[in-house]
Formats: sequence, structure tokens, C-alpha cells
Amino acid sequence: MLSDGVIIASALAYMGVLFGIAYYGDQRADAGRSIIANPYIYTLSLAIYCTAWTFYGSVGLAAKSGVDFLPIYLGPTLMAVLFWFVLRRIVRITKVHRITSIADFVASRYGKSSLLAGMVTVIVVLGILPYISIQLKAIATSFSLLRQYPVVAMPTSSVHQPFWTDTTFFVALVLIAFAILFGTRHIDITERHEGMVAAVAFESLFKLVAFVLVGVVVTFVMFGGPGDLFQQAAARPELTALMRFEVVPGGYGGWLSLMFLAMMAFLFLPRQFQVLVVENVNEAHIRKATWLFPLYLFVINLFVLPIALGGRLVFADGRVDADTFVLALPMAERMPALALLAFLGGLSAATSMIMFETLTLSTMVCNDVVMPILLRANPRWLAGRSDLSGLLLGIRRVGIAALILLGYLYFRFIGESYALVASGLISFAAAAQFAPPILIGLYWQRANRRGALIGLSGGFLVWAYTLLLPAMARSGWIGADFVDRGLFGLELLRPYALFGLQTLDPYMHSVFWSMLVNIGGLVFGSVLSRPNAIEQVQGSQFVNVFERERHDGDALLWRGVVDTVQLHDLLARFIGPQRASEAFNRYLDSDGNYPLQADPRLIHYTERLLAGAIGAASARVMISSIVMGEVLSIEEVMTILDESTQVIEYSRRLEQQSRQLEAASAELREANNRLRELDRLKDEFISTVTHELRTPLTSIRAFSEILLANPDMEVEQRGRFLGIIVKESERLTRLINQVLDMAKIDSGRIDWRVEEIDLRALIQDAINSTSQLFRDKAATLREELGDQPVTIAGDHDRLTQVIINLLSNAVKFCPEQAGEVVIRLEPVADRWRIEVRDNGPGIAQDQHKLIFEKFHQVSNSLVGKPKGTGLGLPISQKIVEHHNGRIWVESEIGQGAAFIVALPMR
Amino acid sequence: MANKILVVDDEPNIVLSLEFLMKQAGFQVRTASDGEVALTAIAAEPPDLMLLDVMMPRKNGYEVCQAVRANPDWKDIRIIMLTAKGREVEREKGLALGADDYITKPFSTQEVVERVRELLAGAG
Repeated sequence: MLSDGVIIASALAYMGVLFGIAYYGDQRADAGRSIIANPYIYTLSLAIYCTAWTFYGSVGLAAKSGVDFLPIYLGPTLMAVLFWFVLRRIVRITKVHRITSIADFVASRYGKSSLLAGMVTVIVVLGILPYISIQLKAIATSFSLLRQYPVVAMPTSSVHQPFWTDTTFFVALVLIAFAILFGTRHIDITERHEGMVAAVAFESLFKLVAFVLVGVVVTFVMFGGPGDLFQQAAARPELTALMRFEVVPGGYGGWLSLMFLAMMAFLFLPRQFQVLVVENVNEAHIRKATWLFPLYLFVINLFVLPIALGGRLVFADGRVDADTFVLALPMAERMPALALLAFLGGLSAATSMIMFETLTLSTMVCNDVVMPILLRANPRWLAGRSDLSGLLLGIRRVGIAALILLGYLYFRFIGESYALVASGLISFAAAAQFAPPILIGLYWQRANRRGALIGLSGGFLVWAYTLLLPAMARSGWIGADFVDRGLFGLELLRPYALFGLQTLDPYMHSVFWSMLVNIGGLVFGSVLSRPNAIEQVQGSQFVNVFERERHDGDALLWRGVVDTVQLHDLLARFIGPQRASEAFNRYLDSDGNYPLQADPRLIHYTERLLAGAIGAASARVMISSIVMGEVLSIEEVMTILDESTQVIEYSRRLEQQSRQLEAASAELREANNRLRELDRLKDEFISTVTHELRTPLTSIRAFSEILLANPDMEVEQRGRFLGIIVKESERLTRLINQVLDMAKIDSGRIDWRVEEIDLRALIQDAINSTSQLFRDKAATLREELGDQPVTIAGDHDRLTQVIINLLSNAVKFCPEQAGEVVIRLEPVADRWRIEVRDNGPGIAQDQHKLIFEKFHQVSNSLVGKPKGTGLGLPISQKIVEHHNGRIWVESEIGQGAAFIVALPMR
Repeated sequence: MANKILVVDDEPNIVLSLEFLMKQAGFQVRTASDGEVALTAIAAEPPDLMLLDVMMPRKNGYEVCQAVRANPDWKDIRIIMLTAKGREVEREKGLALGADDYITKPFSTQEVVERVRELLAGAG
């Protein structure tokens, strides 16, 4: 009924469905309509954590040591609580820096170190092989078991057969084919695989359903419900222990260390990092996964203990390996369909892990080991190839094949002697080595490359010595002597009891020592060495990822000059010309018209795109190979960046504030200067007015005192002196009036009485008022005023004041007895023009403006001429300007002067 | 022999009043209406004392004072500055430039005559 053909056909059909889902997911992603962009798919994809180890191994462990299987799932549950703080930070950083893998992440954090990236990759590859091997083993075992249906007989170990007859080998080959088909169809610049994620999510759902179905059948069909099952088990003394908590070998300490391992592995196993971080499309999904994923774990673990107990009860003779209970129970119950479903569930758990793990690993191997070696060995050859995406794909395909085959070798030579869980824990302990450099690096800015190198290599060596080598020894591949008696026979160096620490189980023991060395190395290495510029920049950007939204810091590190086309070609080689052009057009917002030279930001942008394809470290090497000019020295960068970006931000704000302050104080200064200038002008005005007032007063007082002291003065002289007193008094009065006028006009407190006035009549009035002055000087006045009234709007008294002022000035400067003054009123363009011309000495060109300034006359050069107040013309000017008119003088020395007033018509 | 006084001011009425006062006091008086005329007059015949207005066209009182003090031949000429600008700085500036006394307008006729007499007597 369940022939090989049926099993293989359904397995292949199942894989075909997966491939269809993956293909559809990729199609949708390319069309921009992602099917994985929701929190449920994201959560399901996280369940790639539950591999064949969960599917078969949990039951196996529970059947031997009860609730001991729980810490492996409590760890991720605890980690889920920390998602929002830790995972979100990692995701943000990954997006900002276009990080493609965990090796890339560590390398990026510590100054894009290719050495570190390579080291992480090597650790991952070595650490993950046991894990891959157990998946192969699970598939092979379950297949061998199922094909003997309905007989439940443990398959004999296959490792002693030649590999061409070994089922596991063919399973490996099929998986290689599928992994290559799934994962390496094209190179994505973001190194995201939407189709794969969709397939993984489907597999997670499938294995959950399969496992729960088996559990339900065992609990409710084979037994009469959980009550019956536990009652039967309680009746068997050897099974009661499984239902209590004290069975854990290391006690609670053992639980804690297992939980810690699971926490770290959940984040830092390469495939976990891939689905959790790299494939995350929206940070908001993390929030939902925080409770949804623990729920998934809860459901899948619900039936672990019932199945384990059921298995122990059904297969009481111990012939059947507990690791196969999930499959063996439906077989024993003669339920072929359920057995097939259980097989497919296990297959699903194993294949998704293997394919995703090897895909991410091969990317890391390609980006962080092979490419750097190629770049170093022969950069010219590499730079000369026009399209490298084919080469990259080739390397990755070979990588996938090699990894699965290595996993197979591990299984053949070592894995057979271990239970699923034991092999898995060795891998977990390896993944935990990334916790210190990543977690500490997220929060401690001083952590640097040297510290990470020391810590990581130290931790890795301890891990290898305390877990990997003993595992190999137990399989007989190396002498087991050192395990029992210590290296070189030194008791202190026994791998399971380093320095005499014997109380812990091997995993806890290894975790303790490797973490101690790892963290210690990181901290001391960092404290004792000085990071270089790029390490500081990266460190600061990682630690301050949420504080800094703009991440231009490391763009500063590119100082060189590079042709834009060259940059474009480099990118095109790795991601294809079309994608490269699209990216450049998007960045430069143009249609292929690129600037000749790329600025540092464009170089940096290209570096990030390239990092998406070949990893940060390799991208940096590639870019440096074409950028002329060196990267900045540490001192130069320090001057730009100082200790951290916060300092920049702070100093930028400080600068801005001080600029604002400067601007404000400049304004204040200017206002102050204006005030002071006004004050000075006012002071000067007062001083000048005082002077002008004192001058007539001086004459008045002097002559009054003279007259008083000389009562017997001649009548003629007395009359002359009295005349002077009267004249100077008049001058004083006039001056006071004008000063008051001026002050009023200046302060705007004057009342303008604007009305319809006849300009011609107004001038006539002014002439009449000044006729005595003309008579006194025997000067003639010619009037050319026309014979029509001229009406405008204006202040009658003020305008009269202006004309009187001009006429009296004219007559004042006329020669004695020969004065000739002309006053003329005529329309010119849209204005009425009033001209008062005299035949006096004239006014020099450079004085034409000055005479309209207050008191200017005081210091002019007209010697021996009659004095005015120095305010007549300034006041006239103010009045005319108030009527929207203009007043000016046309004159030359010796040619007389003409004062012209132009007033607008209506 | 009567002392020679030079009255320098651009206000004719002030010149007239000072001329009257000085003559009445028994001095020999000449007048000038601005700084340049004053310097020409000094060059022609140095007076014993000058009554010198500050604000004048062409050359102001300070400049005339400076020019007189710069010439050693004229070191005996007494100078009384007259100014309508009543601020203390003006006074200090005048004295600093070598004026012997400083009178603010409007002045007391009696005081002007007294100051002139005092200065000439002190000069011996």
C-alpha cells in the first residue's frame, strides 16, 4: 500500500507544491505585490526554527527525560518578549546598511572587516554541519521506516553500506537539486527571497497541522483522551518520572543554559537571522510576531508529551527509537494516510531547514570567503569581467551542494552515534558565539574589531574543543584519550571539565567557558585597542541607529574621485546592467544623464547596493579598487565625526544656536547703532539749535548792556544799537518758530489742512507779503504767472510759507540796487512748475543738495552774506514733499540761482 | 602804548559790540570776519590778544588757534575763545589747543572786558 513509489511520488509532489508556492511568491514580488507582507506569514516563516529536531526529536527527548524538551522552546518565547527592543534594532540596522547575512552584519558592525566576515562564515559552516546532518538523518530514517509499512522495524544503520546504496545520500542529492532550484534562480540586490519565505511559511503550517493531527489521533483515538493516557502512564513507574520536573540532568542550571542556548540560536542561526531580519519587510510585523510566534510554539509542543507517553506505552519493549514515535505510532495503528502525512510533515520540517540554511550559508561563503579571496588574488581579472552575476550564482550553487554533502559526511562519520537533540545543541552552541559581538555591539559603541576577533575566535576554539572534538572522538574518528584524561594528559584540560569544572553537563559547560572567553575577549580586546575610523563610524551608526535617521556618516569616508560610468559598470557587473541603470536613475533622478564624476554620496550608495549582492566587506574592497585616492585617515575622520554622531548632532545644534544668537546680536547691534546715530543726530541738532539761538541773543545782550552802561551815548549810535537789538530779536523769534515747525514736521505732529487752493492767487499773496523786502533792496520782481487760476489740492498756509521763503532768499542774495528776481508758474508735463530765479552769486554744484540740510547754511562758504536760520529750505522741502512734489535748485557760481518747485496737478 | 586786540567773528553785530567794548576799554582794535582773514591780519601785525569765535566759515576758531600756536613768533599772543556751543568738551578742546581762556556766548560785557584785562596784565 505504501510502496516506495507512492512515498517518493508524494514527497516529490509535495516538493513540487512548495516550488510552485515559491515561484508564485517570486512572481508576485517582482510585480510589486508581495504575498509575504503580512505579520502572519512573517510569524509562520519564523517557525523554520522548528525542524525535524522538533518534529521527531522533541518526542524522543520527552520519552527519555520528560519536560526536558521545553527549554528549547522557552528560549525563543523569552526572546520574543525582547523582540521589540533587540530584533527591531537589528532589523533597522540591516535595512539601513543593506546587510545580507549574519556574517555581513558582524563584519559591518566592526568596520566592514572581511576577516571577521570570513571567520563568522567558517564558524557557521562548521557549527551548522551537525544540524544539517540530523535533518538528513531524520528524512532517511523516516523514509526507511515508512517503506516497511505496516511493519514497524527500526532500519539498520546505513553508514556501513557504500554511499551509493545509502538512502540518505539520495535524499541529499534531491535536496541539493531543490535548494539550487529554489534559491539561486537570480541574484537579488537585497538578497531577499520572497518565494522561499512563502514556501517556508507554508511548510511551517503543514508541519504544525501534521504534528497536531498525529497528536490528536494518539491522544483521542489510540487512547481515550489525555486523562486516560496520563492515567495509564502513571501506572507505569518508569514513566511517572517523565511527568515531573526534577529529571533535568543539570537541574535548573541546566534549564537556564538550554534556554540561553535556544534564545541565542533563535536569533543567530543563519537561517533564523535570514527570516527574522533580512526577510523582514515591515518592522511592524515584529510586534505581532511577539505573541503569535510563542503561540505557535505552544501549539506544536502541546502534544509532545502525549505522543511520547503513548509511544512508551505502545512500544513498551523499547525496540522502537523514541525519535521515530511520531511516525511509528500511526504505522502501528495501521493508519497509512496519517503515517504518510507525518512523514511529509517531518520532511517538510527538514527540507525547509536544509534549503534555507544552505542557501544563506552559500551566500555567506560566496560573499565572505570566496569573493574576498578572488578579489585579493586577482582583482584585475575580476574587474575585467563584464557580468559577474553568473559567476556569483555559480559559486553559490557549488556552495549549496558542498554544504549538503558535508552535512551528509558528518552524518555518515559522526552523526549516527548521536541523538537528534544532541547534534542540534552542538549547532546551537556554535550559533551562540555570535551573541556577544552582535548584542554587545548593538549597545556598546566602544566594542571594536579587534575585540570581536579575539572574542569570537576564542569562543569558537573553546566550543570546538569542548563540544565538536569530543563528538568526533566519540565516533571514533580521533582518539578519545583527551576526552577522559585531558589534552596532553592534563586533567585541567579535559574538554567536559575544563579547569576542574565538573558539575555541569557538557552543553552548559561549553556555554559557560565559551561565553566567558568570548565576552572577555570582546571587552578586553576593545578596551585595550584603538578602533580605526571606519570602525568608529560603523559602531556609532549601529548603536545610534534610531537616533540618527540620516546615515551619511560613512559617505564621508570616500574622498576619492571616480568616474560615474565606471561606478555604474562595476555595479552592473554584479547585479546586471538593467538593475544598475534603474538604481542610478532613481538615485540621480535622471534618465541616464549622469554627472561625469561621482560624489561621495553616490559612491556610498553604490557601495550599499553592491553590499546587497556581495556583502559589505567585499563591496568595500571592490569600490576601493576603482576609487582613486585614499580613504580618509583616522585623524581626518575624527575631525569630522569626533567620538560619536551624537556629538555631531549636538555640535550642529550648538552651531545653529550660536548662529541664531549671532544673528540676533547683530540685529541688536545694528538697532543700537541706529539708536545711537539718532541720538547723535538729535544731540547735534540740539547743539546746533542752541548755537543758533545763542548767536542773536549774544548781540541782544551785549548791546543792551552797552546801552545800559552808557546812558549818555549819542542819539544816532543809540538808535543804531537799538535797531540791531530789534533785528536780532526778530531773528530769534523767526528761528524759534522755524525750529518748532521743523520739530513738528519731523515728528509728524503737524496738522495739514488740505483743501482746494488757487496756486496763482497763493503766489500773489506771497509776493505781496515780501514786497517790503524788495523795496528795501530796490530789487525788481518779474511775475510770469499766466492769467488763469490754477487749482490744486494742498495746505494753503504751508505752501505760502514755501514761496515766501524762496522769494526772501532770492532777494536776500541779490546784489544791492541791481537785484532781479523772476517768479514763473507754468505747466510742465503733469506738474505745475514754480520757478524763482535770482541774479545773485549762484550756488556751487556740490552745495545743491547740502543747502536742503538743516543748518547747513551756518557753515557754508558764503562770507559776508546775510544770515538766515538754516531751516527755511529744509522746511520748504518737507512741505513740498508732503504734497508729493519736488524742490531743487539749478545754479552755477556767478550765474544766479533758480529754485524750482514742481507740484502734481490734481 | 595801548594793547592791540583782534576780534574775529562771522556775526557782524557781535563783532560790532566787541569792537565798541574794547575801544571803550582803551585798546587798539582790529576785526576779521573769518579764520583766513584773521590769519592774514595776524601775519600783517600780531596782536597782543585775540577774541576768537569758534564756528566760522573757511577756517574755524580751533584751526586758527592751532595755526597761531604752531608759530613760535606768535607765542605771546593771548587767545580767548568765544563760542555759542556751551558744552564742556568744547571748552576743553579750546584750552587743549592752546587757548588762554574761554567765554561762552551770550557773554556779560563786563566779564569780557575784565578777562581781557586780566590776561594782558598777567602777560606783563
